[in-house]
Amino acid sequence: MEDLGNLLLGFSVALTPVNLFWCLVGVILGTMVGVLPGLGPAATIAMLLPLTLKMDHTTAIIALAGIFYGARYGGSTTSILLNIPGESSSVVTCLDGYQMARQGRAGAALGISAIASFVAGTVGVLGLMLVAPPLARFALRFAPPEYFALMVLGLAMVVFLAGESMVKALLALLVGLWIATIGTDLFTAESRFTFGQVKLLGGVDFIAATVGVFAIGEVMVNLESQGGAEIFKLAKGLRNLLPTLQDLKDCRFAFLNGSVIGFVVGALPGAGATVASFLSYGLEKAVSRHPEKFGTGVIEGVAAPEGANNADAGGALVPLLTLGIPGGNTTAILLGGLILWGYKPGPLLIQEHPELFWGLVASMYIGNVLLLVLNLPLVPLFAQILRLPYYVLYPLILGISIVGVYSVNNSLFDVWMMGLFGLLGYLMRKLDFPAAALILGMVLGDGLERALRQSLMMSQGDITILAARPISGTLLFFAAVILCLPVVRKVRSWRIEAIERES
Amino acid sequence: MIRDKGNFISAACLAVFGIYVISVAARLDYVSEVGPGPGFFPLWLGIGLVLFASGLMLASLSISRSKAKGESKSWKAAGRALAAWLALMVAIALLGSIGFAVSFIVLTMFLIVALDRRPTLLAVGVGIGLAVSFHLIFVVALDVSLPKAFWGF
Repeated sequence: MEDLGNLLLGFSVALTPVNLFWCLVGVILGTMVGVLPGLGPAATIAMLLPLTLKMDHTTAIIALAGIFYGARYGGSTTSILLNIPGESSSVVTCLDGYQMARQGRAGAALGISAIASFVAGTVGVLGLMLVAPPLARFALRFAPPEYFALMVLGLAMVVFLAGESMVKALLALLVGLWIATIGTDLFTAESRFTFGQVKLLGGVDFIAATVGVFAIGEVMVNLESQGGAEIFKLAKGLRNLLPTLQDLKDCRFAFLNGSVIGFVVGALPGAGATVASFLSYGLEKAVSRHPEKFGTGVIEGVAAPEGANNADAGGALVPLLTLGIPGGNTTAILLGGLILWGYKPGPLLIQEHPELFWGLVASMYIGNVLLLVLNLPLVPLFAQILRLPYYVLYPLILGISIVGVYSVNNSLFDVWMMGLFGLLGYLMRKLDFPAAALILGMVLGDGLERALRQSLMMSQGDITILAARPISGTLLFFAAVILCLPVVRKVRSWRIEAIERES
Repeated sequence: MIRDKGNFISAACLAVFGIYVISVAARLDYVSEVGPGPGFFPLWLGIGLVLFASGLMLASLSISRSKAKGESKSWKAAGRALAAWLALMVAIALLGSIGFAVSFIVLTMFLIVALDRRPTLLAVGVGIGLAVSFHLIFVVALDVSLPKAFWGF
């Protein structure tokens, strides 16, 4: 009852014309920066932060949060249409979203992405409202061994990304983990695998690698045939451009899965939306009645990760607002903003500044509705991009890729890296190595190594610390079960074959 | 006898790469004063790479002949893709000296005229049209800086 009263207070704050206006500006800006590869919410919020100093603080946090969750949605557009992940958390969306676009279902993929983002975003806000303090306390129980176990669980998802060969998926994963080790060592500041290049000391830029592997690799494969491969079929009529009732029915579990995983993982500092999207995709495939179809254009394969990366925005605000701990780059900048405006994010923030917290919660409800209302009508318009002739589409993809990667650090070196990763992505496609496994390794490598080494420091070299603690032990058990799935399936198929032979 | 050349060669390359990772990791400290050193994690990655690559090499010796044939066929068209990639790398090399707009137009013209055998005029039109669009959206509207030549774009 008290929460309801607080929420009403929040709505009275969020529904003022000025806050409503800045919420709209935030989600539009967020969607735009999400669409463009490279220009992420962290950079945009950092750029706009000085402008908010003269604004009312509640209005400012409403606008900045709008950019945060708007960008999570926007990242799916280029992933689905052009196989260019706008955000690192949209990499998984490429797997089925782009395949749906090739089959003439780009509109359905974009539509389900908007709906999943809306549902999961709303669940994320509900979670932020109802379980923020206890969840934040739970998240604090995550020490390095628990983070290590969480990363291993994330890596176990390689089972669901593997195509025909598990060995190839594991090799791609190991190469991804190795790429993550390039640069300066986390603890000793010693350089590793930099090949004498000063620019590699900071590691390989993630956006350069993903855009190279996915977008450039795809263009190269399509350019193999003269006149370009006929890559896209297009549905005719507006009705066929949007998800059907059957699609929505198929995605029921994906909405729930994406919402819960996205929110919980988002609440863990350092885990991030990318981990959440991989985990939810893996879970969706694991429980699916047709797991073999994932990667060929399955709508649940879009709904689950898109939901997860939006619910993550709500989750990420939990440790920020209740404990003053930022979970990632964007929330770190938001924390900076809160401190600049004179707030002390922590356990007392909700009590001392209810209008800020509840105004933000209510604005996120409104922002999610705005995102849906703004984006669903735009789906047919976005889908028209696929009507472009291939001799315009391919240079367009290459141009967006170059501009997107260059704009991250204004670095030509990153563009070179994108080109090299493009060749790697092409070779991986030709040799049937799953590119998503490589990216999974890159995403988790840094966190995995850090957590493993910190755990071993904690235990003075005793490796049993990784499995002995209740949360880490449980997570590792689930990872082991997932890793055993292919073996179980293989044994089952051998048994069925043997029975058939006998009969 | 090698039944699947593509898999065998890629596995062999990965095994050699794994040995390289092990050799570099071995030169780094495995254990430091505070705990595992910088060589700890890459060493195990290298070992994993060598083991799994060896597994793939062994598997490629036993894969069916028909599958191997199908795979070798698909490499015939790789020349065009590699030519496009080389053109992209040349365009990237030119970014610093002739700017984004001109190098992008040159790349577009190569893709449309040389690879796709379409009229030069069409290629020029597409190249200029896209370059202008990029300039308007990214440079003018979003204030993103792109590589420039001395003539200013």
